[in-house]
Amino acid sequence: MSVLVYTESWNNVFRKNTYETVSYAKTISNELSEELNAISFGEVDRLELEKLSTYGVTKVYSFTKINKGDSQTVTSIIENEFSNSKLFIFSNTYTSKMITSRLSIRLKAALITNVVSTVNSIDPLTVKRQSFSSKAIEKVTAKTNKVILSIAPNSYQLIENKSNIEIKIFDIEKGSDLNILSQENSTDKISLSEAEIIVSAGRGLKGPENWGMIEELASLLNAATACSKPVSDIGWRPHSEHVGQTGKAVSPNLYIAIGISGAIQHLAGVNSSKNIVVINTDSEAPFFKAANYGVVGDAFEVIPKMIEEIKKSSL
Amino acid sequence: MKILICLSCVPDTTSKINFTDDDSKFDKSGIQFIINPYDEFGLTKAMMLKETNGCEITAITVGDVSVEPILRKALAIGADKAVRINHDPKDSYSTAVEIASYIKNNSFDIIITGRESIDYNGCAVPGMISEILNLPFVNACINLEINDNSIKMIREIDGGKETIQAQMPIVVAGQKGLVEESDLRIPNMRGIMQARNKPLNIVEPINTTVFTQSIKFEKPKEKEECKLIDAGNITELINLLKNEAKVI
Repeated sequence: MSVLVYTESWNNVFRKNTYETVSYAKTISNELSEELNAISFGEVDRLELEKLSTYGVTKVYSFTKINKGDSQTVTSIIENEFSNSKLFIFSNTYTSKMITSRLSIRLKAALITNVVSTVNSIDPLTVKRQSFSSKAIEKVTAKTNKVILSIAPNSYQLIENKSNIEIKIFDIEKGSDLNILSQENSTDKISLSEAEIIVSAGRGLKGPENWGMIEELASLLNAATACSKPVSDIGWRPHSEHVGQTGKAVSPNLYIAIGISGAIQHLAGVNSSKNIVVINTDSEAPFFKAANYGVVGDAFEVIPKMIEEIKKSSL
Repeated sequence: MKILICLSCVPDTTSKINFTDDDSKFDKSGIQFIINPYDEFGLTKAMMLKETNGCEITAITVGDVSVEPILRKALAIGADKAVRINHDPKDSYSTAVEIASYIKNNSFDIIITGRESIDYNGCAVPGMISEILNLPFVNACINLEINDNSIKMIREIDGGKETIQAQMPIVVAGQKGLVEESDLRIPNMRGIMQARNKPLNIVEPINTTVFTQSIKFEKPKEKEECKLIDAGNITELINLLKNEAKVI
């Protein structure tokens, strides 16, 4: 009857949202007075596995030779090893979406994705999730005994909760229907979905050659860079940076929007950000209505000043 | 080769979202409905494959008669036939079961869906279909090429991209990159006329079990009034971000 949390790694370490998910799972497992188990696929450093105990995991199964992108194998292993678990907690990532949907069918378990609240009631399990591309919050209840929750990144805080941990390493290998020919890591230091600060720019920047100051500001703030839809459509920036209804939905602590007017589709992707700063020459830009702080001014004057101020204040 | 493109009928991206019946249902009044943008990338890709490799395209959706205009549009763009499963979709599971059952009876080489629908954002239907049918599944696909019997794809993963080769049949969930925005097609008069004579079959649902139930909707909290800072006083902005918002 235990609770299982899926711990996703990248380059041998766990992602930040993995620890958020573990913290979330621990809160529920405490309420249920159940143990919290974890499962990991792919090579992970031993120290990382041990670190899971900081957030309350009591047992972790690490399948080091299984590719986490092979959703069929991953699903079978979870089903075989943890068929007695009642609750399965994931982070809402591309990789986990391939696993949770399969697992839902195998276990006849309700799948609730994009979860942004703690559990409202345990039986029947009820939570809030984001829907209508963040234009609404939906309360959903599970109609099954087993339930899979997929938690939106940046929607739950890290909570330390020391436990003793048992680590079990498995080195079984398995062939896959998918043959992965190559993997290319993104050059961004920080992924958009996990970033705590995002610096985003739009057509107001006039051309791709002007992104230098955006990147400089982002690097000073340890932030990820993003852009509006028109900017990715004309090819100034890659599609992977497009934030909005048909791109990525983000929820950082701070979203700085530079030269973006704030079309409803863009706002849908960013309105769960905790703080929004808007910099735009047009004081009528709709984005100001969604902002916490606004500067009516020219990005080419404001951004260099911000860079200068931040450099000064961090000395 | 046979391609199935799964379409979802969703509110236009500019829609303001409201709810009715004590906030338990989406208010459809005054809303314009469109093909889910992620699905439209897939439909366009299917059209390109039809032109280069020659294949038959079936467009499918689950919904009542009100969703038929999106199927007519798909036929006008160039799909060969359309299927509507006559069921008001209640959750991802019931939707996936209906589509999977149609696939079982009609066999396809590639099943294309969007990465997610922009209304309920479940991101679950394509993976569920692949599991019910025991097929491989590629999520967030941004490139797809067919060589003989194998299919080569690039998918976005958290932190990068992966190039994958697989055998068909396969389920692929697409997003922008699969085709570009500028590749999207607008039906022309000839297409619209031809669409009238193409088959649009109605299939009755087989199972109406659900795994989840939507209870209530609410809107995100309104932001408080925006604090305007003078462009000449950026020191103040940085100060507020540091000491008031405490985010930098």
